[in-house]
Order: sequence, then structure tokens, then C-alpha cells
Amino acid sequence: MASFKPTKIQVYPKLGEKVTQDTLYWKNYKAPVQIKEFGAVTHIDFSPVAPHNFAVTAFTRVHIYGPFSQEPVKTFTRFKDTAYSGRFRSDGQLLVAGCEDSVVRLFDVGGKVALRMFRGHTKAVHVTDFTSDRYQILTGSDDYTCRLWDIPNSTELNTYQEHTDYIRCGVTSKLNRDLFITGSYDHTLKLFDARVDRSVMTMDHGQPVESLLLYPSEGLLVSAGGRYVKVWDLLKGGQPLVSLKNHHKTVTSLCLSTNGQRLLSASLDRHVKVYNTTNYKVVHNFDYAASILSLALAPDDESIVVGMTNSILSIKHRKSPEESKEISGQQRRRPSYRVFVKGKNYVPKQDDYLVSKPVKQHLAKYDKQLKKFNVSKALDTALEVKMLTLATWTRHRKPEITVAVIKELDRRGTLNNALAGRDEQGLSQLLNFLIGNLVDPRFAPVLVTAAEMILDIYHSVIGQSPVVDRQLLRLQELLEREIDYQQDLLEVLGMLDTMFASALPRKEVPCSGASRSNGLAQGEASTSRAQLQAT
Amino acid sequence: MVEHGDIRVVHRGGSKINFRKPVITNDSRFLLCASGESVKVFSTSTEECIHDLRGHTDLVTGVLIKPSNHLQAFSCSADGTVRLWDFTDGILIKTYVIGYPIFSIHASPHHEGVIFVVTPMQGDKRSGELFQLVAVHLPQSGDQLVEARELSAVLTGISSNPAATVFGRGGEYIASANGLQLEVYFFKKQKAYRFSLKEDNKKGGKNTFTCVACHPNDDCIATGHEDGKIRLWRNFNHKKEYTYSTLHWHHSAVSSLSFTPEGTNLLSGGIESVLVQWRYNQENQRDFLPRLGAAITHIAVSPDGALYCTSHSDNKITIIQSCVKVSAVIQGLVKGESVGTDLMIDPRSKSLVLNGKPGHLQFYSLQRDKLLYNLDIVQQEYIHESGLQQFEVVKAAFDASGNWLATVEERKQKGAELELNLKLWAFDEQTQSFVLNTTISAPHEAQITGMCFSHATDSQTTMLVSTSKDGHFKAWQLAAQSQTDADEGPSWSCDFVGAYHGLVPECCSFSADGSLLAVSFQEVVTVWSPASWELLTTLSQPPKAIRNLCFGRLSCSKYLLGTTDSNLLCCWNLLTCSLEWSTSMDVSLLLADPLSENMAAFCCQAGCTDLFVFKPSEPRPLFSQKAVCSGMVTRAVFAPREEMLESCEESSQWLNRSQLYFLTQYMDLMTFTTKTEEERLMASSKQLVIDDSVAMTPFYLLLGKHRQQQQGGDDPQSGVSAERTPLPQGSVAIKELLQTPAHVLPSTSFLCSMFVQSLLISVTDSREESKHAEEEMESEKEEEDSEEEIESSRTRPEQQAAVGGGEAAESAAPAMTKAQVRELRRVKKLDHSWLAGLLDS
Repeated sequence: MASFKPTKIQVYPKLGEKVTQDTLYWKNYKAPVQIKEFGAVTHIDFSPVAPHNFAVTAFTRVHIYGPFSQEPVKTFTRFKDTAYSGRFRSDGQLLVAGCEDSVVRLFDVGGKVALRMFRGHTKAVHVTDFTSDRYQILTGSDDYTCRLWDIPNSTELNTYQEHTDYIRCGVTSKLNRDLFITGSYDHTLKLFDARVDRSVMTMDHGQPVESLLLYPSEGLLVSAGGRYVKVWDLLKGGQPLVSLKNHHKTVTSLCLSTNGQRLLSASLDRHVKVYNTTNYKVVHNFDYAASILSLALAPDDESIVVGMTNSILSIKHRKSPEESKEISGQQRRRPSYRVFVKGKNYVPKQDDYLVSKPVKQHLAKYDKQLKKFNVSKALDTALEVKMLTLATWTRHRKPEITVAVIKELDRRGTLNNALAGRDEQGLSQLLNFLIGNLVDPRFAPVLVTAAEMILDIYHSVIGQSPVVDRQLLRLQELLEREIDYQQDLLEVLGMLDTMFASALPRKEVPCSGASRSNGLAQGEASTSRAQLQAT
Repeated sequence: MVEHGDIRVVHRGGSKINFRKPVITNDSRFLLCASGESVKVFSTSTEECIHDLRGHTDLVTGVLIKPSNHLQAFSCSADGTVRLWDFTDGILIKTYVIGYPIFSIHASPHHEGVIFVVTPMQGDKRSGELFQLVAVHLPQSGDQLVEARELSAVLTGISSNPAATVFGRGGEYIASANGLQLEVYFFKKQKAYRFSLKEDNKKGGKNTFTCVACHPNDDCIATGHEDGKIRLWRNFNHKKEYTYSTLHWHHSAVSSLSFTPEGTNLLSGGIESVLVQWRYNQENQRDFLPRLGAAITHIAVSPDGALYCTSHSDNKITIIQSCVKVSAVIQGLVKGESVGTDLMIDPRSKSLVLNGKPGHLQFYSLQRDKLLYNLDIVQQEYIHESGLQQFEVVKAAFDASGNWLATVEERKQKGAELELNLKLWAFDEQTQSFVLNTTISAPHEAQITGMCFSHATDSQTTMLVSTSKDGHFKAWQLAAQSQTDADEGPSWSCDFVGAYHGLVPECCSFSADGSLLAVSFQEVVTVWSPASWELLTTLSQPPKAIRNLCFGRLSCSKYLLGTTDSNLLCCWNLLTCSLEWSTSMDVSLLLADPLSENMAAFCCQAGCTDLFVFKPSEPRPLFSQKAVCSGMVTRAVFAPREEMLESCEESSQWLNRSQLYFLTQYMDLMTFTTKTEEERLMASSKQLVIDDSVAMTPFYLLLGKHRQQQQGGDDPQSGVSAERTPLPQGSVAIKELLQTPAHVLPSTSFLCSMFVQSLLISVTDSREESKHAEEEMESEKEEEDSEEEIESSRTRPEQQAAVGGGEAAESAAPAMTKAQVRELRRVKKLDHSWLAGLLDS
């Protein structure tokens, strides 16, 4: 009468981070291309014009790489000392770079020798940029000054001496030729107007400022310094909007995704974080091998280029649509969608007589065995269960199913029968599964009982098979390690509890247990108890 | 205390229907089964209860179709009477007074005027452990009440189980099994043979007989045994040379056996809830009908062999079409050993909800005394095996609007950790049932002691609070899902974990507006604010733990009532945070009426339960009744009425808005009724009886209504149009229809349209006139004014002619439509010229 109810596969909370649109987007990059430079990569700048070459400033050179080449298409080597801040002009024809020797050099992208040399700074120049009218250059230097230079005449137009420490970052407005902003190690950001002699706005970042970024609308300014990334509203007179503290070392570089929806920050803590610019929540995180000094995104987010202190330049290219589609191409082997829906959406007409066909219940193999009360076979089938995932067409294990079947057998009181009577191969298969999944807190309560039963059943045959013995030893070792681990965790939990207890203000009405206990911590605690029972 | 004569405690539905083997009538249309103190007649096709044959004053212990008249049935009862019923009309024909409690009844067509009943041994007064089969000669008498004192014992020392005694082929012998002994009594020889089995065979199986069946036309007795074996006994008319063969499929006791009427198949069933069909003489061939839901207790076969029916331990009767398909299920209220979940009322369907089948919640309509549906909570294959720990539904709660249902299922296995699941179900408007929304495995580390939803209907969020023996109470809230996985919809998650000095929380209760939560921790009541999860105050009345906790409603919402283990009923005023009053009574259950200020308290005193209904604000109880029932009442519920009663009497006013149902110790569902209500019920049933006495044909109904309408409609119109006669044509046709025997009438589908048309004509006046016109037109056939009228006039004579021909059935069916007639006429006209043309050429 009632149909067989299939074994319920419990849905466990997914481990690891959640898959969101952002993770899918930011994960869709190929394996990075790594290029060894001569020194720490301090600055990367993409050319605004196609084919979007990028200039990499590292040690005494500025290399220009093409979008796909691994060799530099162009190299500027005429620096006496470490070069800084190689930047393209908005037409992609000229490139400017500062230098440790305080000289600012202007290059033609096609040429080799500097077109202009701007002398005037007394110390290293870390900041160079073109103004939006393309005829002037902004420079900022360790001599606390920033200057404006005229390209055609190669003369200094103006000097601003308002900062009281090194100027390490600056940005010019893309909309107004007279506006530019500099950030300095004196913790301030200053907005200058070239039409007046002094700064028109000063903002206090609170930390030495390492990097600046203007939104395309130029209403918002992002500054990075220390561990903080701060967003300022320029239209409201430099009011701070948000302060983000997601890195645990100094943030060195900032970058906006092409559509302006995501903000990227790179830090010495070797992470690049991606923020949503509407709520400033971290939506994705990249890990790198070394501290990151510079970061740049190609137009359309085609590639992410990161320069690190260990003089490695890492380039990640976005996967082409064909590559992402490759997998779906393989799926075509299956019966097409049309086969499944054939006649399903047919609406019977008024006079049609509907012959109802009993819907055949589709059961998994192990369920079929369970239905017939073939418990041993059901367990065997469940141990071999591998699921086909939609995305990759690869078979990979689903321990949930096996665990669910073991649980079901336990519920039926026939787990003992199912586990008993196995030969060496069958037993080693079982033990293998236990070794793989026993310490998983999600499965431990079920598998511990099964492991106990196995030991009870087979303790008489221990020593007869080297394979099984080795596996049992491994299992024992695993358990011991897990117990140590759980003990450590419990200790930490105890420490945290005391800390929380002392941190909580004493209230009139005592409510001692009213702590929002962490689900994870509880889970760990309960599994540890199970582990202890198991031994 | 004033005795309130007008309020009575009555049984309300939910009686067992699986107590004894059901009986299928000869025409397979009805199914009779003993149900409490009455016999119920169900339709085998619609599952509806048609008659409730009431008359017995004690438990009905057997039902039997009278062998000599297949429209009458015997029923026997523990009240010492056998009653003869006409079950098609539900009339009691005769009552035979036997004088001893009867435990089962048997009869055979070959023993006319005699019935065999099982009564306790008379000489033996040891509480009726031994029973005897007694033949009762039914006296022929026209009286309603007949004393049948002509008894003769046939077999003594038999089992009271009706399945253990059965008539053999042609009524020649009767077989009865008891313990390890099978006794066969031959009526002709007046001799009984006894066959015994050994206590245990070597494999340790128990050989105790459980049931017996006899082959209808072969000398073969099938017996079922405790260890799941079926033995087929042959050659048993010799003391020594008997033989038996063994069939074994069942893994535990065979509870019922039955041969099909032709004797080709043997049906057996047991705790596995699988109906097994064995081929007689080809016992290797078996058919199975698995997963019938619960252990099979009885199997019955209809006399024509077309239907089987099985009764199950979960108060269910399944009707099966010759071992292939389940065609109907008659389900009664399932009452397990305990009601883990409280009695609840589903706010939507107003049905009573409690745990039923293992792992299910049942929704039982109190008005219709019918099980609406079972909700599968556990969603696991139920393994029918005794001694197996299964998941049980232990707690359930509805929110105020009925949109959410929370259930807790629990499985405690020896030596293993307690398995707990908290499930939250959302009501689906489309399917009109609950759909699983969230499963929380291991919501607490120990058993959940209490659970309640926040009652506030206006608030946007719903909150559930569960208290557990692990010393915590948790608040669960419907969490709004982030946009990223919006496809999954909202789900429930833990919002707050609270504890108080490591004490174990017992009861929890939300105030009516949902602004306060009271949780009792042993003797302390803590009051929390669900908005901020602040502990607002603590109330306590030492020295004993709190047993029940209840907020007042409506105007009494400032009161919090609690009962303690030390026979104390306390009422705290929440505004002053002090004890308002307290009284000493041993309250086993305290509950609040959701629709009024009233509270009901069941007090256990000297083995009896008293009921007090009171308002927290008033010192005097509104109503009190002593000795409502024996034993303790632990489950009760206020069910809102469909329509409010208007009772002016002060003592019964508390029943106006809602009705109080409670479960006694013996799992009987009882309620309180007032006199006026009973009178009303009686009146409605009497009216039904009167209606029943007149033949209620659909035609009568239609016609009756029609006539009434007409009479009403005629009065004002009579003055205006005197010439109008009430449906001359229609009424004649109907009269003809009603008088003609049904088998000569045309198909109803045709009659119906004609009938409806005639009704339509009668209402509109214009059509009436056209009718007259048509009649006039009929006389002058030659004139062709309009196509339509001519056609109608043409068809009529044709019909009349056909009627004249005598083929009434054919004539009435208008084989031709108007268009066809027109065509035919054209052909007729053309006919000659066309033929002539042919001939000419």
C-alpha cells in the first residue's frame, strides 16, 4: 500500500565558505602566471588603451608586459636607482616614473631614452601621475613636497609644501584638470586645487597613508594606511563614510573592479580582499605566497596582477568562456531535456480520457537492498556509492550516503548483521571508510557505534591479516590524535568562557548561562565526548 | 458545591474499530464492525459510516451475518445480549437475552436456529480465565425482547479469542485452539479429538496456537502459531493418524488466518503488516501485499471472495480488492499507549491533533468523528518488529495562526545517545497540508520538556521556545535568508539560549500578547522579555517544583497561574510581581481557554478527577464538577466551537465559546455537553429520521423543492394570469417518469437534460407562451412560418409515433439532432425526383 520510504540522507551544513555569485566570479581565473622580477614589485599600472599593456615597476626597471605575453614587451632601464610609480598617460603614449634619485623621468612608450627629466625634488619621488589635461605631471616626494610640472616646457609649475612627512601616494582627478589628492605618512590626505596655492581639504586617516583611490564618479575617496581602509565622502567636505579593518597588516594597495561594484585591497598580510561597495562587506579573499605591495586589475577584470615583496609578479587571467563551457560540453552525453519532459506538459482536452499510469518509484540501489532486507548487500552498495556531480562529471565520494545507510541499519537493529561475516577485502573496505570519516564531527556519532561493533565482531581475528591490522593501527593512531586535538579545543573553550565571563558586565539579575553559545564549539564538545566514549 | 444537572460528561468518538473481526456483507457493499458499544456499518466503496447500530450497553464483542438471512446481522456484547439487526436500515429487530457476558459469537448455515457463543465458565469463578462454547437455541417468537435460556455447552476450556474457534466444512465439526492444544469437535459423532504440540521445539520457537481457520470444502485446518509458523492439519478425524504440514514465512506470531470462500487461497497476516496469500496445495506460491501500515489483527473475506479486509493495530480497516490493490481505508482515531504530544487544536481545520501511528501526527475532526489525515513526521520506513526502538513524536506545537507546526521526535536506544530532531513545518496553501521547512537535529542535548510558540498574531516574526532537561531553554526564530541563497527560502535558527542557575526548565508559556515569556525552573518561575532576552523577574513559591504554567487571557492577562507538585495553585499578579492568591488543591492539569478568560483545572482527589472552571480575577469558580471520571486526567484541550452557543445559565456559560475535551486514563476521549445542546442534537437527528421515512429519491428532492417554489410563486401571479396552469406538460412527463419502471426508462443522462429543461421552462413566462404557441402550431402542421418551430413540431409527432410503436426506450432517445432531422427531410423531399431522374436515365 504505502510505498517504501527511501533512506533519508541527512543534509549537513556545508563545510567551508558559502558559494556566492562573487566567489564564482572571482574564482573563475586560471592558475597564476608567475614572473620573477629583479626586486620587490612596488607599482603596477594598466594602460588605458587597448591592448591594455601594463607597466610593472620593480627595482631599477619598469617593464611593460602585453596582456598575454610572459616576457616584457618593453623595458625601461635608464634609472640610476630604484624606480617608483611607473604610470601611463590616459592616451597610453607616455609613461612617467619617479626614482630614488629624486629625478622624474618621462618616457615615450615606443622609445627607450627618457623624453624629459624633471629635476627639483631633493629626495626620492614615490608618486607620479598625469593630470587629466595630459600636459602636466604631479609628483610627490620624500622631501614632503608635491609638485606640478609642465610637460611641454619641462618646467616646474608649482610646489606644495603642506605635508609634514613623506608623500607616498597621490592621485589626480580624471574629471578636473586642476584637482589632485595626496596622502602622506603624516596621516593626512590633502586635496589640492592647482588654481590656488594651498590645499582645499584635509582629511585625517589616522595612520600613515599608503594608497589612494578615487571612485570613477570622484565623489568618494578611498584611502589605505595601517590596517585600515577608509572611505571618504568628498562632496560632504571629506566626511569619513566607512572604516574597514579586515587586514591584519598594513594595507598597501587599492583597486576598483571595472564596474565599480567591488573594491579590492591588498596587504602585507598576503591577502587580497574583495569588498562589496554597497555594504562594504568582504565577499571574497585571495591568498598569495608573500606580502603584497601592488595590485592592479585589467579592464573588464580580465586579469588580476599582483606584485609581491619576494619580487614575484603574479598574473591571473580570467577563464575564457570556452574553457568554462568545456564541462557543459561533456554533459551533452546524457539524454536530452526533451526526453524527460516528453508529454509531461501535455494538457488533456475536454473529451480525453486520462489513463493514469502508476508512477514508478525510483529507488537507489542501497534502498532496493534495504527494501528486501538484504542488509549486508545494502551496506556494500552504500560503501561503493559515488555520486556524479553535475559540474565536473567526475565521480567522487559522498560519505553522507554511506553514513545515512549505516544509521538506517542501526535504527533497524541489523547493523551487527550487516557488519559481520566479511572477508579481508570487505573488512578493509569498511575500515578504510572509517579511517576516512570517523573523525568528521558530522559523522562521528554514527560511525563510532559502527566502529565499536566492528571491533566487537572481529576482535577474534585480529592478527590474521596484515592489511586489516595495519588499518586498525592507523585507526587507533587517528583516534589518539583526535582525542588530543579535542582536549586542546576544550581547553581553549574553557579559557574563552572565563574571558567572556569576566568581560560581561554584572547585572542585577544574574543570568549566568545566557551566553550565545557558539554552535561550532558545542558541536566540537559533543564530538569529543563521543570520541572519549569510543576509546 | 452545586451539582449542575444540565452539564454531562459524554464519550466523544474515537472508539476502536479493530477490536473484533469486521464482517463484509454478501453483496460486498457494506462492512460491519464492532466499535465500542455500537456496531458501525461502513460502505466499502466510500469509506463512510452509514449506520451506527446502538443498543448494547457494554462493549460489543462480535458481529455476524445471520446465516439464514443475509440482510440481518447478529451482534453480541459483554452485557449478555445478542441483538439481531437489519443493518441496511439500521433497525434493531430482536434482542436475545443470554444472561452471561459474551466474548464471541459463531454460527454456521448448517445449524439452523442455533448460535454458538463463548461465555466464561460458570462453575469457575476465577475471574473468567476459562471459557466455554455454548450453543444457544434461538426461540421463535415475535417479541422484540426474547429470553434465550436454552443453552448447551459444546466445548469447555477454550480461548476467548474469536479467531481461535471456527466451524469446519459444512458445519460438521468445530475447531478450537487454546494454548498448545487444538480441539476438534464433531457434531455427528458428538466426539472431540485433542491434538497437542510440544512446549518448545528444539529451535526454541514457541508453538502456542494463535488462530485457526478451516478450509470451506476440504478437511483441512490451518493454525497459526506464536513463532510465525502456519500448520495445515489433515486427517484429524482419527485420534492418532493425523498429519500436519508446516508453512513458514512470518517471523513473529501469525495473528490472523482466513481461507477464501472457494478454498483456493489462504490468507495470513501478522505483526509484519504484510498480507500473505498462499495457494492452497501449492504452498510455494505466495503473493504478498506489503506495507499495510500497521500490524494485521484480523483478516476477513467477503462471501463472494472479491474483497478482503484487514484490521490493523492502529485502529484501521483496509479493504483490499482480491489481494492486489487497496481500495479503501477506514481509519479511526489512533490511540497509542500514551499521548506524548498534548491534545492540540489545529487553528485552521479546528481538528484535534495528537500523535497517532508511530512517527505520525493525526488530524482528527471532532465534528465529523473522522480522521482527516495523518502527517508523516519521521519520514522513515517503519520496521514492523516488536522490541525495536523507533522514532516517536513526543512534542508538537502550533502557532496561533496555524501557519507553523513544530514537532519533536525522539529515539532512545540502549547504550546510545538520545536522538532528537526538531522539525518545523510550514502550512502550504496549495496542498492544504504541512510541508517540512527546517529540520534541526539535536536541538538540545537532552529530552525536550516543553515547547510553545509565541501567541502574538500581529507580530511579523514567529518565535518558538523549547525547554530541555539539559538545563537550557532555546528560542528559535524564522531567520530571513540572505539574498545569495534566496531559492531556499527562510529557515529557522536558534536565536537565544537561556539558563537559570543550572536548574532544569520544565514548562514555558508565552503571554497572550507575546511580550513575556515565563519559564519555570523547578520551583522558580522566571519571566523574560523575548524582545531583549532580559530576565525581568523571578517568582517562586517553594518548596516544590512547578508543574503547570499558564498566562491569563484577555482581561486577566496580568495574571500568571502556576501549579506546584505540593498541591498548590498560585496566581501571581505580573504588575505587582506578587502573589495574588493561592489555594491548596492537587491540580494535575491547568489550561486556559484561548477564547475567554476561563481556566480549567483538573484536580486529582482520591482516585477521581474533579474539574474546576474559574476566572483568575474572581474568587469563586464558575463551574465545578466532582468525579468527572476515575483516574487522573493529564491531557485536555479547549476546542473552539463552530458557532457560539447562547446559553444564559451561568453555570454553562463557559461552554459557550469552546468545548472542553479530555482524555481519561484509559484513553477515552470525553467532553462536556449541556442540555440545550443535546436537545438540539436530538431534534436534528429526529428530523433526519422523519425525512428518512419518506422515500428520499433525488427526484423527490428536486420535485419537492420545485413544487414548493411553485406554490410560493403562484400566489402573487394567480391574479395576474389566470390562464396559467402549473406545468401541464412537465408534470405529466415527470409523473410518467416516476411511474415507469426504471429498467424500461432511457438512460438517465438523457432524462436529466429533459428534466432540467422542463424546469427551466416553468420559470420563464415568455417560454411558457411560446409553448402554448407551439401546441397550437402542432395542430396545423402544413404551415411553415419559422424554421425552428416547424422543426420542433416535426420531431414531436415522430416521437409520438415511435411511442405508439411500443419501443419506449428507443423512442425516448432522440437519435437525431435538429440538423439531422432537417437533413433527413431534405433527403425525403429530394428522394423522389432524384430517384426518378435515375430511373429516367
